Amino acid sequence: MKYILMMNASSADWNSYAKWSKDDLAANVAFMRNFNKELKEEGVLVATEGLGWPAKAKIVRAAADGTPVTDGVFPESKEFLAGYWIIDVENAEQAYKIAARVSGAPGPGGHGGNIPIEVREVLSGFADLNL
Amino acid sequence: MTQPLSLEIAQLLRELAPHALGAVIRRFHEFAPAEDAVQEALIAAATQWPQAGIPENPRGWLIQVATRRMTDYIRSESARRQRENEMAMEATRTPEASAIESASESDEDDTLVLLFMCCHPALTPSSAIALTLRAVGGLNTAEIASAFLVPEATMAQRISRAKQTIKSSGIPFQMPSLEERAQRLRAVLHALYLIFNEGYTTSAGPQLRRADLSHEAIRLARIVHNLQPGDPEIAGLLALMLLTDARRAARTNADGELIPLERQDRSLWDQQQIAEGVALLSAALPKGSVGPYQLQAAIAAVHDEAARPEVTDWPQILALYELLRRMSDNPMVALNHAIAAAMVHGPGKGLELLDALQKDPRLAHHHRLDAVRAHLLERAGDHQNAVEHYRAAAEKTGSLPERNYLLAQAARLARDGT
Repeated sequence: MKYILMMNASSADWNSYAKWSKDDLAANVAFMRNFNKELKEEGVLVATEGLGWPAKAKIVRAAADGTPVTDGVFPESKEFLAGYWIIDVENAEQAYKIAARVSGAPGPGGHGGNIPIEVREVLSGFADLNL
Repeated sequence: MTQPLSLEIAQLLRELAPHALGAVIRRFHEFAPAEDAVQEALIAAATQWPQAGIPENPRGWLIQVATRRMTDYIRSESARRQRENEMAMEATRTPEASAIESASESDEDDTLVLLFMCCHPALTPSSAIALTLRAVGGLNTAEIASAFLVPEATMAQRISRAKQTIKSSGIPFQMPSLEERAQRLRAVLHALYLIFNEGYTTSAGPQLRRADLSHEAIRLARIVHNLQPGDPEIAGLLALMLLTDARRAARTNADGELIPLERQDRSLWDQQQIAEGVALLSAALPKGSVGPYQLQAAIAAVHDEAARPEVTDWPQILALYELLRRMSDNPMVALNHAIAAAMVHGPGKGLELLDALQKDPRLAHHHRLDAVRAHLLERAGDHQNAVEHYRAAAEKTGSLPERNYLLAQAARLARDGT
């Protein structure tokens, strides 16, 4: 079963991230690199991407004639997707364990970040055999 | 550029894969590198045979190429470890003569022994399936990865970890003891069942490839059946697959949407496959050792033999589910038993049985409990509650086509003004 693990962060979180110390940033980057490597080696990684800074984010809607209308002004509290992992595991409990690992990624001062990770099931294209 | 692999060559390679692997393992006694060597030989054959033609002794050709790879591997291992390896030396001296063996009697057992290894209880189901498809099915990693919709590198790791597990648990390449065999056979049949299930798709995109997985499961079940023709449960599983797969063409519409059994165009059902499944089952049942696969196949056969949904022999299906319930603690069986009871004794009886199942923690949050309840409520005329349960089921299902189907059911009833 496939799950997506989404790491969300508010604009405030993004702004404080920009002020992390060099060592804290290096520790976090190293953790993520190693985490991705582990997922690959465990044979569970389907895809992972990190996303660009929310300053460039736009919400797009279609106007009546179908042309794009963009809006880029957001409240401080709005959460943005920072990155995601899609994993293929046996059950939800395994997905939660993996989510907890990345939630503990090192934050400022080397402490575990305790970052909230949203875990959602990715729908499959098939239904199991109705027997 | 390589030419596209002809169906003939592809089929031949898949047939030969477990035999070549068995021969290489018996010679070198190491499963993991032997499996890699045979994979490389299969890939070499797939590239060379379309141009050069199929060699006179294709099995010997594969064993010879795999043996060379194996020898290279052992040489490099020895070099790395800075020590001699006698086996490699011996193999280097006489690769051709000894590698090209004629099909021996143990050859056929190899496939079974390999299945027993690949479906070992130490492995997770998904690892066991991946390894079975590669080592016994002769599929390559890219094909398996695309069948399960994961990247090739991920599947490669999964397979290599599975092989590592086999290595560290010290499972020998030999027929398990008689006592152990029955239990291990159950694991093999379960893995084949899961492969079939995985391939029994409704999705529009990768449909063809995933359908291949069902056919691969049928092919492997057929091999196991031919090796142990007297085992009624193996015959039962093969029959179950054939009788279920027979409805494939009718199960979805052109957009990949699910069509439930009672609304399928039964003229699309594959009568030849149904006849084969029924024949297998009719031969297996009188042997007196009736198991869950035979019972499930029997239920599928009753459905398949009804020319129209109204003439389905529900009392017989109910009786079969009652037998199956006594044999297995599977909550899905209990759920289907409730459906059959509703068809025979009316929706009230079915709903009564569902109330009891609600207490089963394995079912309490399962979408199918809501879906069945919705269906029975609808039949009982309680459309308002049916809509609610169709929606609850849609929230819980892990399948997109199924979610679309359930929401459409809810919308249809809600629109009818109830």
